[in-house]
Amino acid sequence: MNVPNDLLYATSHEWLRREDGHATVGITDHAQHELTDVVYVELPVVGTHVEAGAQICVVESVKAASDIYSPVSGTVETVNEVLSGDPSLVNTDPYGNGWIFKLRLDDAPDLSALKSPEQYADLLAHL
Amino acid sequence: MLEFGGWWMPVQYSGILDEHKAVRTAAGLFDISHMGELIVGGPAAESWLNALLTNDVRLLEPGKGQYSLMLNETGGVIDDLILYKLQNGSFLLIVNASKIAEDFTWMQQHLQPGVTLENQSDHWAGLALQGPKATVVLERLLGGDCSLPTRNRLLELQVANGPILVARTGYTGEDGFEWFCPAQTAAFWWERILEAGRDLGVLPCGLGARDTLRLEACFPLNGADLSAGHTPLEAGLERFVKFDKGEFTGKKHLEQQRSEGVKRKLVPLLMTGKTPPPRPHYPVLHEGHVVAETTSGTLSPSLGEGIALAYIPTALAVVGTQMEVEIRGRKFPAHVTTKPFYAKGK
Repeated sequence: MNVPNDLLYATSHEWLRREDGHATVGITDHAQHELTDVVYVELPVVGTHVEAGAQICVVESVKAASDIYSPVSGTVETVNEVLSGDPSLVNTDPYGNGWIFKLRLDDAPDLSALKSPEQYADLLAHL
Repeated sequence: MLEFGGWWMPVQYSGILDEHKAVRTAAGLFDISHMGELIVGGPAAESWLNALLTNDVRLLEPGKGQYSLMLNETGGVIDDLILYKLQNGSFLLIVNASKIAEDFTWMQQHLQPGVTLENQSDHWAGLALQGPKATVVLERLLGGDCSLPTRNRLLELQVANGPILVARTGYTGEDGFEWFCPAQTAAFWWERILEAGRDLGVLPCGLGARDTLRLEACFPLNGADLSAGHTPLEAGLERFVKFDKGEFTGKKHLEQQRSEGVKRKLVPLLMTGKTPPPRPHYPVLHEGHVVAETTSGTLSPSLGEGIALAYIPTALAVVGTQMEVEIRGRKFPAHVTTKPFYAKGK
């Protein structure tokens, strides 16, 4: 499984790329592999405020609907509208064009629950 | 993996969409060993089965099969099954995995002199090879001089490691075969069939693709679309109910329902445009009011649109009726369409 070393990870298999006071969020290679064949992404609503660990949107494969959780607290500022037309990008490019939403982080967001790439790779190895 | 009727079965091998496409364009191989095999024999077997099932057993000649339903006293569905006449006075019933015990108990309770009943489910494994290339693959495997059964027929073949039963039936809407062999030879045949079809694109398929394929073909799933609470008339299966054959369990209620008209009908619903996939137990609305819930639902890989089945009030069960399906609190448009959702050339 691909675990890029410049990201942070949630135990619920979302990744987070931090850029100053903002962050981009998607699901990990492991998550897309487990879901398989993503056919619909119900994107978050821009402007929504979420707490860390709160359900924020839904990714659906043929198999099942899966809740996606926000790794950190913040306000949704952009969503990846491209996924409405091509949800399979979540499978083919989970860390790139398959990103799902961007957050404006709350002041002093708590990132302590997130895993480093090494920790997340270790977690996957023990599933 | 998923627990299904007491079996651990794979939802998918390579992916539901790939497996689905393989069956529609080449062929797919399913492990159907979970299905039950019941053997009914004896001089009174035919008349007994005819009183227990809805289809007319007398129409069967040796080597032929028919889809049939076993009903309770009030006409509700206990199970749907394929009944094969092996020879005069000997029948094979292929029943749903989750219903083997219930079917067997029901049949035992109604057993009559001159009839024997045996549950051979543990003895037989089952493989289903489905798709346009299924015939080519089996011809390769068995050799050109081995004739294959025609639609709804079953042949017993003598092969090196024991007799196998090959039927021209399936649950995908494609041409194909269901293959029953002694359980200890299942892995052998699984490998051999995949090998014989590898260059043709034959893929192993799991329960996920089995569900999308059967739903596109509008084949009901017992426990979801069929239940003790609904009759075959409500489920749109009246062509498998032979009222003119004499008495059978549930007939009185079905006749009454037929004369009064059914209150609900199981109809196919096609979602309009791009929506989340409908799934079982989603509310179905008409003019803003909940009138039913979906019994099955998925994204149709062939159509790229959501498809579902639901028992809706008969007055609404007209092709073109606009409905809505509620998905996570949002309403999405759908309409009543014709069966099946998908067929070659539709």
